[in-house]
Amino acid sequence: MSKHDITVTVNGTTHTREVDARLLLVHFLREELDMTGTHIGCDTTHCGACTVILDGRAVKSCTVFAVQANGGEVETVEGVAQDGELHPLQEGFWEKHGLQCGYCTPGMIMSAKYLLARNPNPTEEEIREGISGNLCRCTGYNKIVEAIQYAAEKMNEPATEEVPA
Amino acid sequence: MIPGEFDYYSPGSLEEAVGLLQQHGFGAKLLAGGQSLIPAMRFRLSAPEVLIDLNNVEGLEYIRESNDHLAIGAMTREAMLEESDLVADRYPLLADAARVIADPLVRNKATVGGNLAHADPANDHPAAMLAYGAELVALGPDGTRTIPIDDFFVGLFENALDEGEILTAIRIPSPGANSGGAYVKAERKVGDYAVSAVAVQLTMDGDRCTAARIGLTNVNPTPMRARNAEQALAGQTLSDDVLETAGQAAAAECDPSQDLRGSVEYKRDLTRVLTKRAIRKAVERATGAEA
Repeated sequence: MSKHDITVTVNGTTHTREVDARLLLVHFLREELDMTGTHIGCDTTHCGACTVILDGRAVKSCTVFAVQANGGEVETVEGVAQDGELHPLQEGFWEKHGLQCGYCTPGMIMSAKYLLARNPNPTEEEIREGISGNLCRCTGYNKIVEAIQYAAEKMNEPATEEVPA
Repeated sequence: MIPGEFDYYSPGSLEEAVGLLQQHGFGAKLLAGGQSLIPAMRFRLSAPEVLIDLNNVEGLEYIRESNDHLAIGAMTREAMLEESDLVADRYPLLADAARVIADPLVRNKATVGGNLAHADPANDHPAAMLAYGAELVALGPDGTRTIPIDDFFVGLFENALDEGEILTAIRIPSPGANSGGAYVKAERKVGDYAVSAVAVQLTMDGDRCTAARIGLTNVNPTPMRARNAEQALAGQTLSDDVLETAGQAAAAECDPSQDLRGSVEYKRDLTRVLTKRAIRKAVERATGAEA
């Protein structure tokens, strides 16, 4: 079996490792880099718990080989909060009770982040479509949709109040 | 679940990929989007000795219309079809199919070429391309050849590519005036394969259908055309009775198997209903009557 030296940038930090060709990206993140925020749910490309953003596209990291991410950029749930401040999506999941057990949450947040980056004002239907590759087995989807709506509203607020001329 | 061991190659050009395929022969497998292959490898249903990754091969991701056809690079992602205004405006059957394949995350990786070359009767592009009468372009050690879609699916998970050939592009004939198409799929949930799905591409002359092609998904051991249903439409004014005859023909000529998605009887009847719905939608698009 071939081994490969790969360099992958994860949340802005570059990592170089030697990996087996068959190592999946999710195992690379969790076992090589000890970044266990990305979850493994189903192992069958169904549940989306392992969703990360790879070179700008949200993908299931259990269905990509780590060697394929060589030279690429990965964004995981660990990179979502900035400078100790929760991202509006994380705040939304907190405020709207968007999780119970939390298992699906990292994947939900990454899918939602990808959705909002491309469509800052999604309709409820577009949100449901956007997270349709992510399964939740406890909260149900209504609270998750509300959490994403909360984040969209918050992210669309003007950064500073406009001062009337 | 961890896939079996394999050697991995990532060629930068098609010529290099063809060379690797020749060198490694039957034990080698091409890796496109990987959204069917990697799960199969994790289940050890597939255990290739060599993987040749096409993701770094230049020039295989594009959607281009020329004077008489739409050319799609084999590594074009499903998401690119969904996002294409050209596809939405001119190839609604293809747009319908793209947005119901698996789920949005899978569609960010999954490729049109992979969906076809996998030759899974449960995949959505085979029926769509059968309805369009598409042509597939393959590159091998002896050069390029084109394969009509009608000759491409030779068995379950078996296509007409030679051992050393790579599918490089799909060509869909541009629909003429008064043409329309639709893909209608019944699935239990997002991400599941179709219980049944029907692709229809037809041309109208007023109320009369002058030509029709119909493809069926997941109701036969191989992707299939519903030729009897097509015959029922050709030259006819599309009354409710004619649609019913076509639906019944499709239900009779398919060969579904019983599984968790339903009984044979249920799948046949669903195919009858979906055939009628897909024809109606295609007619609306062909005649500009769509709301």
